[in-house]
Amino acid sequence: MISELSGIEQPPMANGELVFEAPWQGRVFGMARALSEAGLYSWDEFREYLIEAIAGWEREGEGDYAYYDHFLAALESLLADKGVLSPGPLEIRCSEFRHRPHGHDH
Amino acid sequence: MSEHEHPTSQQSIRAEAIESLLIDKGLLTEDAVDEVIVQYNERVGPMNGAKVVARAWKDPAFKTRLLADGTSAIAEFEFSGGEVDKLVVVENTSDVHNVVVCTLCSCYPWAVLGLPPKWYKDPAYRSRIVREPRRVLEEFGVQIAAGKELCVWDSSAEIRYLVLPEPPSDIDSASEEELAARVSRDAMIGVALI
Repeated sequence: MISELSGIEQPPMANGELVFEAPWQGRVFGMARALSEAGLYSWDEFREYLIEAIAGWEREGEGDYAYYDHFLAALESLLADKGVLSPGPLEIRCSEFRHRPHGHDH
Repeated sequence: MSEHEHPTSQQSIRAEAIESLLIDKGLLTEDAVDEVIVQYNERVGPMNGAKVVARAWKDPAFKTRLLADGTSAIAEFEFSGGEVDKLVVVENTSDVHNVVVCTLCSCYPWAVLGLPPKWYKDPAYRSRIVREPRRVLEEFGVQIAAGKELCVWDSSAEIRYLVLPEPPSDIDSASEEELAARVSRDAMIGVALI
């Protein structure tokens, strides 16, 4: 965990650049770190999955590079391998969210 | 604008579905995720690195310790957490310019620089800075004299790099705080000068 730091007035938005391009990217980053801090896996383990996800995209060479897509894919694979997230229930939950009543927007 | 014009992306739904399943399983709380985002967005950032750089400019003994063992030297600041198993500080001089990359993914000294900028994670930067560093630096607006040595440092899970930029001419009259305010994140990656 990061201790409170004194004398810090500004968030790290140097050069006008936002850290996350969409809120879900922040959530995925937050989940990956929080689960690691909770001891479900080490950060090095996560990193291996991230490298593999990016390498897979580089091998196939299709589509634009989207860092957080790989970050999400890495988290999914790692959680699946850890036995805490199976593809079946995930697809069901995604489908439920996709069919939420119109106007529901987090 | 109606929501039809802003369809929730597939990734956004997936991320939300994963979060809700993990919360159901008791592995995660929404607050824990929020807390991480706040930590990295607001409490850690390039200002930590800037303080380190400014002290190194003002205090030669600290600079010696910093270059000898970056990890131990920054411990004097009590920045904790993040990813600094081993921090190596590389000094820009009149003879050498240093620039940092992670060719494999996006390893970055989070505890001193916060989260990496988007271009740092970009495949173009990751491959081109190794192949044609002078040209990439020119695109960042940095001209490196032909006679100057250029070192590209490839970060890894084990070793993170921080560039100690060349100091401005008024380091004797400016205070450490004033100097820290002038140190940019990009200068500490090596793609900008002070």
